[in-house]
Amino acid sequence: MKVARLIWVGTRFRARELMVSRWFLLLCVLQPVIFATIAFYMFKAGGRPGTLLYAALGTGMAGIWSSTLFGSGGALQWNRWQGTLELLVASPPPFLVVLLPLTLATSVTGAYSLFATLFWGRVFFGIPLHFAHGLAFAVAVPAAVFSLGLMGLLMASSFILYRHANALSNLLEYPVWIATGLLFPLSLLPNWVGPVSWLLAPRWGIDAIRHAALGDGAVWFPIGMCAVTGGAYVVLAAAFLRIFERAARANATLALT
Amino acid sequence: MIEAIELRRTYRTTTGILRRRPLEVEAVRGISFDVAEGELFGLLGPNGAGKTTTIKMLITLLLPTAGEARVLGYDVVRDAREVRKRIGYVFGGDRGLYERLSGLDNLKYFAELYGVSGKAQRVRIEEVLELVGLTGREGERVEGYSRGMRQRLHIARGILHDPQVVFLDEPTIGVDPVGARALRSMIAGLVEAGKTVLLTTHYMFEADSLCDRIAVIAGGRIVAEGTPSALKGRVADQTVVEVEVFGIEEHDVTRVRDLRGVTAVSVEERDQAQLLTIRSPRGLELTQDIRASLDGARIGRIVAREPTLEDAYVALVTEGAE
Repeated sequence: MKVARLIWVGTRFRARELMVSRWFLLLCVLQPVIFATIAFYMFKAGGRPGTLLYAALGTGMAGIWSSTLFGSGGALQWNRWQGTLELLVASPPPFLVVLLPLTLATSVTGAYSLFATLFWGRVFFGIPLHFAHGLAFAVAVPAAVFSLGLMGLLMASSFILYRHANALSNLLEYPVWIATGLLFPLSLLPNWVGPVSWLLAPRWGIDAIRHAALGDGAVWFPIGMCAVTGGAYVVLAAAFLRIFERAARANATLALT
Repeated sequence: MIEAIELRRTYRTTTGILRRRPLEVEAVRGISFDVAEGELFGLLGPNGAGKTTTIKMLITLLLPTAGEARVLGYDVVRDAREVRKRIGYVFGGDRGLYERLSGLDNLKYFAELYGVSGKAQRVRIEEVLELVGLTGREGERVEGYSRGMRQRLHIARGILHDPQVVFLDEPTIGVDPVGARALRSMIAGLVEAGKTVLLTTHYMFEADSLCDRIAVIAGGRIVAEGTPSALKGRVADQTVVEVEVFGIEEHDVTRVRDLRGVTAVSVEERDQAQLLTIRSPRGLELTQDIRASLDGARIGRIVAREPTLEDAYVALVTEGAE
């Protein structure tokens, strides 16, 4: 109960901190709308207007991924920079429970991208928002957001040790967009990309959301896979944090100086 | 309550740009001390002496390279979580707060981290805000706080969960004199409330006025330990001569240092002038010899006085560095 409350309070706290950051808001608000506009024109030019909802969902999900990627990497770096990382590490709860809300908040605030993209598409491009399985869509979105937050947790767990690891993580933005089928179908990519995408939560998240909205495939299997990958991320993150937190205390990398 | 036994900490880093060579810096070189319940113990030393490294080992943020330490009977390496639950700590300086959020947001978050339950939170936060004098300002964003207010918020955060042991790392650094006095009174209040406090500082008067016992730390080693009056007693048989000079050279200082009977010389820069502080055994008249040694330099006032804790500290630190 205490853990659940701490995760809830921590997520709200971090979300509030993000919401007062103009840079983060700009990233959340403008980027998905810009990418969605480009995607809409590309799909329209392709002469397949029926795929506009497909594009809107993909770019919305890409926005959640970008928010999670930058937010999770930035969460530890920002805390380190402002001198609060040491306070978090030295607090009594297991660091996993302290870190999880920081990354969950980034994917939750990133969910705004999805709704902004759908709104933009509806108002300016007349995309019909008819979802084939409304209930499944309502489950798929939080499942996708939650699994991305857990993926952020796994990434952030390494940032406690390496001061500049989040700079490397920035390189992951576009490859994951492509490798998980957010922008175009995986069937267009080489076969080996498929198994790689199985390991990545955005692949299952977008499958669940698209299948629920468009009714073109199984919905509950990808939702289940969101839970499976999310669980695997937590187990790995817990193991990494145990090792990395101790190494950070040994190597004195918790503070900037 | 706090026990450090032969505690050591070495930092491993690299030097050079193209050819990186490993470099080891011994920040703490085997220090031992203990702090009793309800005591205010001071670690006094210059910048880089190893004070913060020592405190970070005790609050479980750094692993010791060797030696051991216990807080409330719990080992700081093996029982880190038990230690963390029972201690509070405050670092000096501007950092360590969520700037974009309010003071109240900061306190609520840390109350949650330290397991202060929802009902108790409101009461406790009100209490600590009152104690540190931030009542009425808690709703403002921290980025608008003055240095003194930030430091008071740090203290409020550190004692929010009513810890038995409080570590204060240079809590008054950079705070104006009025604010620093208020902080010192707050620290004294903690001890009156039964807390055990370990304070690091490089302000002599702060250590003198607050601490029951002081350990002087220099070059990663404890060079002296005792009550403030016992430390002062170490130089009680000496006289201090202060000489204000303008444009003094290193060889002038060496000549003064070589005078018969001089036990220590320190130089402090003061705007255009330098202040030479010369210690010698009580009863020895050195004024004429000092004037002769500084021949050629412009000399201002010369004053002989009784030694203070600061003189004891300078003597200990200088000897420790040698």
